[in-house]
Amino acid sequence: MAKFRKEGGKKLPAISTASLPDIIFMLLFFFMTTTSMKETTLNIQMKLPEATELTKLEKKSLAKYIYIGVPKVQFQKTNGTEARIQLDDAFAKQPTEVGEYISIKRDAMNENDKNKMIVSLKVDKDTKMGIVTDVKQALRKAYALNIYYTATEETNKY
Amino acid sequence: MKKRQIQEINASSMADISFLLLIFFLVTTSMATDKGLSRTLPPPATNEEKKEDVEVNQRNIMLILVNSNDRLMVNGEMMDVNKLKDKAKEFIANPRNDENLPMKEKVNIPLLGGDCMVTTKHVISLQNDRGTSYQAYLKVQNELVAAYNELRDAKARDRFGRAFADLTKDEQDAVKDFYPQKISEAEPKNYGQVTGGAQ
Repeated sequence: MAKFRKEGGKKLPAISTASLPDIIFMLLFFFMTTTSMKETTLNIQMKLPEATELTKLEKKSLAKYIYIGVPKVQFQKTNGTEARIQLDDAFAKQPTEVGEYISIKRDAMNENDKNKMIVSLKVDKDTKMGIVTDVKQALRKAYALNIYYTATEETNKY
Repeated sequence: MKKRQIQEINASSMADISFLLLIFFLVTTSMATDKGLSRTLPPPATNEEKKEDVEVNQRNIMLILVNSNDRLMVNGEMMDVNKLKDKAKEFIANPRNDENLPMKEKVNIPLLGGDCMVTTKHVISLQNDRGTSYQAYLKVQNELVAAYNELRDAKARDRFGRAFADLTKDEQDAVKDFYPQKISEAEPKNYGQVTGGAQ
């Protein structure tokens, strides 16, 4: 019997790492395709409101973003503690600037996509509606009528 | 002739390189998909349109006011947000053909079996104060959308035996025709802040 176990002190074969690059590449491609680069850094405090009946924003390339909220602490010295509008990286001085911003963004878009533009409003949940209404009026004037109230899924309802 | 062997490229660093790329994308990724409530704003108001506004019959309007304390008033009655959905559903569907609820009209929807009685003219008018918080406003919007969604889902199950989301595009459109979504966001007004002005 012992015959068969002659080579008792067997070494464990090294695990082949040949497939490691493939696995990593797979992961890499997954992240590459799902990634969308962050375009702006938020200068305002943002806590999105909660809602349940959400729909997904289908085409992100058609979406332009407007952020509204109270400036972050480091910007409060220069911008105050009232809710402000952030367009790209800068604060808007007044709500009417939204109109110009939208028309600039629209001009930069593809001709076919121009009337499909969606304006996504990312508004802090404690913001008063006054400033939001001003923005909405400005959007109406600029004929940017497809809007999107961005919100997060409501957790533990009931 | 001497046969030269082609040297294999050393691929052991491939994993490292792709790891590096992977980590880069991991860091820059923001996976959070945007979700929210989609809305279409009315085009800018002209003077002629303002006059036509008044013509809507009283029974077809559900007026929702949200004040600066985030309190609701629906057609002159105080109401809790949680009850808004049922109220809205009753208003949109008008199941008992109530005199005070929206008028129904015949609409031909082939997929739903020909003529249907639809409250075509109903309008849910949402008005808010400048001091209303965004969360409260969105909560109201959300309840209204939920009311429509539940009605449509019920109709879809009733008619097609499937959830609204599982219907085909045509069937969905048919159900949408049966319960058209009409939420109007009125011109902004000041309630309780500035005297006068508000109707």
